[in-house]
Amino acid sequence: MIEVKNLEHQFLNPQGGYQQALKGVSLHIGQGEFVAIIGHNGSGKSTLAKHLNALLLPDQGTVTIDGLDIKDKENLWKIRQQVGMVFQNPDNQLIATTVEEDVAFGPENLGIEPLKIRQRVDEALASVGMSEYKNRAPHLLSGGQKQRVAIAGVVAMRPKVLVLDEPTAMLDPLGRKEVMDTVVKLNREEGLTIVYITHFMEEAVLADRVVVMENGLIEMDGSPREIFSQVQKLKELRLDVPPMMELRDILAQDGLNLPRDILTLEEMVVALCR
Amino acid sequence: MLKDITIGQYIPGNSPVHKLDPRTKIIAIVLYMVGLFLVNNFAGYLFVTIFTVGIIFLSQISLVTILKGFKPLLLIIFLTLALHVFMTEGRIIWQWGFLKITWEGLRQGIFMALRLIYLVSITSLLTLTTTPIALTDGLEKVLKAFFVPIAHELAMMMTIALRFIPTLIEETEKIMKAQMARGADFESGGLLSRAKSLIPLLVPLFLSSFRRADDLAMAMEARCYRGGDERTRMKQLVMTSRDYFAFVIIILFLAVSIYSRFW
Repeated sequence: MIEVKNLEHQFLNPQGGYQQALKGVSLHIGQGEFVAIIGHNGSGKSTLAKHLNALLLPDQGTVTIDGLDIKDKENLWKIRQQVGMVFQNPDNQLIATTVEEDVAFGPENLGIEPLKIRQRVDEALASVGMSEYKNRAPHLLSGGQKQRVAIAGVVAMRPKVLVLDEPTAMLDPLGRKEVMDTVVKLNREEGLTIVYITHFMEEAVLADRVVVMENGLIEMDGSPREIFSQVQKLKELRLDVPPMMELRDILAQDGLNLPRDILTLEEMVVALCR
Repeated sequence: MLKDITIGQYIPGNSPVHKLDPRTKIIAIVLYMVGLFLVNNFAGYLFVTIFTVGIIFLSQISLVTILKGFKPLLLIIFLTLALHVFMTEGRIIWQWGFLKITWEGLRQGIFMALRLIYLVSITSLLTLTTTPIALTDGLEKVLKAFFVPIAHELAMMMTIALRFIPTLIEETEKIMKAQMARGADFESGGLLSRAKSLIPLLVPLFLSSFRRADDLAMAMEARCYRGGDERTRMKQLVMTSRDYFAFVIIILFLAVSIYSRFW
């Protein structure tokens, strides 16, 4: 589905020099996968994400989406239709004055006929659980609801991949849960490929695969259990460890014999009661 | 204080005026303005008054709501009235020093003030009975029909402005509170010092607006926005017999206005 090969990208920084944001990233993401990308600020996560739908173009290396090279101008709109993107700030990505008009924005840009847009909008709103808000003005919604509308706006374009760039960073815990539940549901039920960039380890735990980035390179890549059981390495990378992993580590240091791969609260309870 | 701003305020309703196609309303208003500026005698003004009151009555919008819209314009209306009343030469009916009121001035002043009042009433009726989306849609279509090249861009700008007015108001209030918490004073002092005190409010507001614009542009591009050429719309505007009837009425209005002038 997504094939990234030796991707390099540099920015002109305000001091006039160049800053290498990506230093040769290679990554393969298959159809239907749910990949979480974590990493410290400035590790290149967002830069990588913006390459996935050609908002940025590679300086070196290639990115192909379903066989389409993002450098080819001809493919641009097809790629942007196939790879939907949700950004961090919920206020800055809603365009229209009502929820349904906003969700319709993407399909309208694709030139789809009016009746089909209506159908897609209704379906997309239902899939994120926002149908009853369709005539509301965006500014009257909570942060979590705004993000779900943003997700619906992308889903209505019928993409194959959903890239979310820290969608929960500006939300309260409740809003974070709403968004996360929606993303998980879209992955499990609709089979959408998800690339989820986040700062929150408890969110990354829900993915099938976790990619850890540091300093423009991929540092670790594996299942959440594999990644998060390496508590020391994560701490070296200045990353948080999911709370249960941290607790297990502390308990283990005190001599308690617990399995290495406890991720969730339930698993911890089961392990402790044994 | 900022909550009072009511640009594009829409009052939901089910009146015949609400149900008209926005294109009909926009074109009708242009024709109405032509008629309004053509009439120049008592009979003509009587006719326009009856017509205007009739439309307002038909729209089921209360007069109070429309009168509220005059508040910011009161000064201009009075100024227009006063300038005409005192400055026009003619048969003097009252004089005190250099101030004099003439018969012609009085007539001219009242006519001009009425024109302004009717103009504002009818245009505010447009925004009161039309949703912002319908309004921008209608405007885009009308401008396109008259071959204005940037019709879509203008309509998109209006949509985005309408979408972001509440967000920016919210943000302004947040910044104000943050600055007030650190001792900023926006309320006291003369005009100049008050204007000066707005600088710490405007600078962060501008900065964040630019950041927003940048984010929004990227989000729009990511959703395949590429101008208006290949775009379709979910909600299509449809003209019905009601709209054609409205056109007949407004053309009759125009005809009577022209007739009254040369009567």
